[in-house]
Amino acid sequence: MKSVSATAVLSVLLVVSAIVLLHALTIGSVTTDFASVWNALWGDAENTQQRVILELRWPRAASAFAVGGMLALAGTMMQVLLRNPLADPYILGISGGASVGALVSMLLGLGTLWLNAGAFTGALLSMLLVFGIAHGHGSWTSSRLLLTGVVVAFAWGAVISFILSVAPEQQLRNMLFWLMGDLSFASSSRSLWLLLIGLLLAMPLARTLNVMLKGDLQAAALGVSIRPTRFKIYLLASVLTSLAVTTAGSIGFIGLVVPHMLRLLTGSDHRTLLPASALLGGLILVFADSLARSVIAPQQLPVGVLTAFLGVPLFLYLLQRGNRITRHE
Amino acid sequence: MSSLSTTKLSVSIAGKSVCDELDLDLDSGQTLGILGTNGVGKTTLLLTLAGLRSAETGTIKLFGDNIHSLDRRAIAQKLGLLLQHDHDPFPGSVMEATLVGRHPYLKAWQMEGPEDRQRARASLAAVGLADFQQRQLATLSGGERRRLAIATLLTQDPEVMLLDEPTSHLDIHYQIALLNLFRAQSQQHNKSIVLVLHDVNLASHFCDKVLLLYGNGEAEYGNTRDILSAERLHRLYDHPIIAIHGPGPLNNNIFLPDFDPQQ
Repeated sequence: MKSVSATAVLSVLLVVSAIVLLHALTIGSVTTDFASVWNALWGDAENTQQRVILELRWPRAASAFAVGGMLALAGTMMQVLLRNPLADPYILGISGGASVGALVSMLLGLGTLWLNAGAFTGALLSMLLVFGIAHGHGSWTSSRLLLTGVVVAFAWGAVISFILSVAPEQQLRNMLFWLMGDLSFASSSRSLWLLLIGLLLAMPLARTLNVMLKGDLQAAALGVSIRPTRFKIYLLASVLTSLAVTTAGSIGFIGLVVPHMLRLLTGSDHRTLLPASALLGGLILVFADSLARSVIAPQQLPVGVLTAFLGVPLFLYLLQRGNRITRHE
Repeated sequence: MSSLSTTKLSVSIAGKSVCDELDLDLDSGQTLGILGTNGVGKTTLLLTLAGLRSAETGTIKLFGDNIHSLDRRAIAQKLGLLLQHDHDPFPGSVMEATLVGRHPYLKAWQMEGPEDRQRARASLAAVGLADFQQRQLATLSGGERRRLAIATLLTQDPEVMLLDEPTSHLDIHYQIALLNLFRAQSQQHNKSIVLVLHDVNLASHFCDKVLLLYGNGEAEYGNTRDILSAERLHRLYDHPIIAIHGPGPLNNNIFLPDFDPQQ
């Protein structure tokens, strides 16, 4: 398959991201047209409308973009770290740890701030636990890390089921929504900055990731210091995942499939893949969240439901397209 | 000049000795062949020489520096390794995979320049993959993958090349073509080449020196002409070997297995 040029992909993604973000600002209990959104952002507008857009819709859209971007970025790195196309940001148990932290906070009836703190603590705890056990003594191989992570994730799954079975009925709905991935708790646009910082930290590793695809031994022979590099990738991907899960619960699918979509489109150069996945992950989640807020309005769907609905057909289409071109070459 | 040398190098794997107090000394422009039966530790020794595995005792020097005192990047600028197996779980093009060979020379933010691309194209052409630049890795055959791995190594262009079974998966034409390619690398570009081989005759023809690993820590090392004999190879492979005085100007012997040892 002939790959599309990097600049073309990135420019298209940037433009589409801007459109999707603007569109997200028009959707809500009161539909606003593009012109009013524009005025609210850059000029004078009627006061309440401006406040709705700037204080309610923008933070949510920005959080959605940041969370999607972080998940896709973390997924790309996890897949290289584990050299496994089935890896996603949650595979090493981070979302499990975050979920337990969040559910315990809900069970104790604590507020949103505590819920976030609980989720983040759980995620970090899980990250340290998996790293500590997998590191142990001896080699720190992909398969050892993968198995440790998957087993720890199972343990968290058991704890989650336990909490759900003892939780009082009136809390169950909130808990389930959180587990499915839900952006209604997101209330600040600062995670966008965190996404940017994450991307800037990941970019110097990009070419190293290309080399890591060839396996640890070959990468070492090509001048990569394996241990510190693997540790950096693990740490960065885990912290990004923790931030994403803390903001929006476990939104599935994006972290797994966005990297693959882009690999099919642009090839395997991570200097393109990393920024492209941050953009594509972000814009898919913003679009999915816009739909989640409007499909059965005034009710909202958990956005996790929609990411898969949107993503699966898109991914299958790209896979088909890739196969066809490869075969005919 | 000595490019790669070992002093009293002892290597073992899973409690089994590969070599014991081995002294090797390879000069620029020389080719060394490593021979031994399956599982004797040829790959282990090669990885140790590349500094990717620690030895029991002894030192390895790369152009005079202890290899364990150098960082991986500095090593990769001087020493390259062709592994026995490669596996690409993700899609990518042949050109992208070849350019990875420039990694040791580029800074974190630096992109490959026209010279790097030119080098990658030349390397692909040298292994007969000139028209494969845009091909997807998944569409390559075993032999094409092998040649791509060799092109990546040529793109890396190190002074010392360690090759683990470079001729596996290759038909006779490419076996000879690639060994001639590496001979040109050693003779014209003064590279040191270390080859793990299973074909005694290729070693006899293409290597200046050979190292025989007997599997109990015992090793014999020296000039090819002095070391390779039917008796030694019989002991090495535990199979009767017949030596035939070969044709051609090099006067090398040709070694054949006794195809019917029972009679």
